[in-house]
Amino acid sequence: MSTDIETEKPTPEPAPEEGAPARRSLAAADWIPSVKTTVAAILIALVIGAILIAFSTRSVIETLPYFFSYPWDFFSEAAHAIGTSYWALITGSVGSWHAIATTLVRAAPLICAGLGVTLAFRAGLFNIGAQGQLVLGALACGYVGFSWDLPPGLHLLVALVAGILGGALWGGVAGFLKARTGAHEVITTIMMNYLAAALLIYCLGKDAFQRPGSDNTQSPPVADSATFPQVGNLHLGVIVAFLAAVLVWWILNRSTLGFEMRAVGANADASRTAGMNVPVVYTTAMVVAGGLAGLAATMGILGHHDSLSPTMAGSIGFDAITVALLGRATPLGTVLAGLLFGALSVGGVAMQASAASTPKELTEVLQALIVLFVAAPALVQGMLRMRATDENKTVMAKGWGG
Amino acid sequence: MSAAVASDVEQVGVAQVRDRADVHRQVKLVVVFAIVAVLLLWFALDIKDPTVKYITGERVTADDLGTEINGLRIVWICFALAVLALGAAAANRVRRGIVGTLVSMVVGIAFFVGFIVWSYADQTTLVIANPLPGTVKLATPLVFGALAGCLCERAGVINIAIEGQFLTGAFLASVFSSAFYSAEMGLVGGILAGVAIAALLAVFAMRYHVNQVVLGVVLIALATGLTSFLLSQIPDDPSIKQYLNDPLILAPIAIPGLADIPVIGPTLFNQTLLSYLMYASVVVVTVLLFQTKWGLRVRSVGEHPMAADTVGIKVNRIRWQAVLLGGVFAGLGGAWFTVGSTGSFDQDASAGNGFIALAAVIMGRWHPVWASLSAVFFGFMWTLQSQLAFLGKIPPELLRASPYLATIIAVAGFVGRVRPPAADGEPYVKS
Repeated sequence: MSTDIETEKPTPEPAPEEGAPARRSLAAADWIPSVKTTVAAILIALVIGAILIAFSTRSVIETLPYFFSYPWDFFSEAAHAIGTSYWALITGSVGSWHAIATTLVRAAPLICAGLGVTLAFRAGLFNIGAQGQLVLGALACGYVGFSWDLPPGLHLLVALVAGILGGALWGGVAGFLKARTGAHEVITTIMMNYLAAALLIYCLGKDAFQRPGSDNTQSPPVADSATFPQVGNLHLGVIVAFLAAVLVWWILNRSTLGFEMRAVGANADASRTAGMNVPVVYTTAMVVAGGLAGLAATMGILGHHDSLSPTMAGSIGFDAITVALLGRATPLGTVLAGLLFGALSVGGVAMQASAASTPKELTEVLQALIVLFVAAPALVQGMLRMRATDENKTVMAKGWGG
Repeated sequence: MSAAVASDVEQVGVAQVRDRADVHRQVKLVVVFAIVAVLLLWFALDIKDPTVKYITGERVTADDLGTEINGLRIVWICFALAVLALGAAAANRVRRGIVGTLVSMVVGIAFFVGFIVWSYADQTTLVIANPLPGTVKLATPLVFGALAGCLCERAGVINIAIEGQFLTGAFLASVFSSAFYSAEMGLVGGILAGVAIAALLAVFAMRYHVNQVVLGVVLIALATGLTSFLLSQIPDDPSIKQYLNDPLILAPIAIPGLADIPVIGPTLFNQTLLSYLMYASVVVVTVLLFQTKWGLRVRSVGEHPMAADTVGIKVNRIRWQAVLLGGVFAGLGGAWFTVGSTGSFDQDASAGNGFIALAAVIMGRWHPVWASLSAVFFGFMWTLQSQLAFLGKIPPELLRASPYLATIIAVAGFVGRVRPPAADGEPYVKS
């Protein structure tokens, strides 16, 4: 499992596309044999979540002092609490058309930003900067959305493009610095996250971004002509997100650029020897990745008729990293992981509102546990005495790169 | 300038070999020194009232209202130093090595002094304060985090989870300090939490061969979720909260003798126990890694585990030890956010400091001393921007962004390509 992909030392490794087996796990095909393990991982995470629910519910805790005289009380109360919580989680996320639509809307930005992380990951770049790229995308798209005056369809299109360009610019800087000076993308993207946050606050302090008659630091809402068309609470952005996934799949698996990205990601030295322009590939990959994060920002701004505020980006950029990793850096996986995370976060709110009033922070724990178990198939197979599959033994071992 | 370089090559070209990188370095030096000199000249011309006041402490007190000095003269001295350095660089007298580093440092300090005097000049009420106490304070968690990162990654285990260790460390430190009614017990709590996350990192990285980049990100998510979940479980009732999330805070301890040294004494030697532990930790980790047999083993399993195994080193055992020891430091860093600074734990207590510590590790090229210095650089920039934010000369938004901007410039312009330990991130499977 070698892999320190592009240090100065010559790596005695065959060119990647001819099949270094260790890297197969990054390819789309091996999702199918590991579906069973993935489902098992989710189940184990839910069981641990159930235990946490039981011990965080007041009525259950109250049965503990007399556990040894009436143990049944504890179990029935616990079962009741867990049942109520998980039922709320399920109905709240996929129980009705409205719930499904909410889940899809919540998943759309996670999918887009996750695709950005995925794409960079395949090119051997660890893009921590989705958050900053998202903020820049939101700034550009929001500004166009509320301050320009254009006919309806065109306005939406221009705002969308502005968002994508904003993100692409921010991602591109990190890619360019990496390509030109070798500055490590982990450092530059982290720093650019903070710069983006500072820039957002700076802009919101300017008159051009101030909502008239409001003392809060927030911009005017996006104009009607620039919002995604909506059916119920489902908006067109969801479809755009799925189209983006198809596009990324096409780029990675069918285009020359994608081939170069995967080759550079697998072994930059070999790719350079084969005549690829590694710096250009790095820069392009980060530009596209940033553009996808910018697209994610437009989902929030143009989908909900939203205004810019300091907290508007939330933690989507960081959740996107987890989504991409759960999706094993494949477009299809990222879509599925985004849907799962969207469902969990929508269901988490329902869970908190339910009779068991389980804190919604629990869903964050669940998300992390799911990724952890999915990433460690050997552990899951050991716990459930499943037969080990060979290709799951060692997944995605990969160094820093340099 | 390129002409100057070219003629210089002709003059001494026979005696010494100059490759392109060397010429490139000289051009870079000349450009940077020239910019510094021009800025200093501008500072000197811009100052109208030459007197500025300074104090040696962190803030103005009743018995130290500030001493007046002639700031303009100091700026001119700084300018003269910068011009001298520029001349030396143009004549290719600033070579690689100790002399070159010293000259660069002198220019850096001259710029800093000139900039500070200019910032505070022409102001009636504000007094130049000592930035060092704040720097040490803010750098403390970053240094601990950077040490944790160095230990892990030198042993070949990528540790992105520093932020997660910080969060859990901060949480448990707060709980321990509140429950035991002792700030020092808070440190124990922090260590326990840091080691616990480190153990998760170790078990998943080494036993289950999970990709360590993935693992780090997941552990951060897990720590964020768990701490905010647990925090939501602490009732808002003050009588209970007092025992769970209302920690005692470490008090500064003055070291007799050392604390009386002017300027740097109160700065470095009137700090909390945590800061003294930080000084000691930098020394301990450096000595451990580079002067002991164990350190040699750690570095060997990080560079070439198979070779280490061949000579009988138990690769995974050494890695476990290094990761757990790293957890101790990361946990101490986490404790800073609650018992070392402001007090009780809230949801995002570590506020991204773990990521900055990670950046410091990479910037410091996986060396404990350099990584710690990078962390100190950050603490310094933060302190400086918070002090200068009161002055109107530079927009506060720009100041707020300056630490991050400075890091990008430093990394892109001066650090450049870095080489991680060769086996960093690779699980070792005995074949």
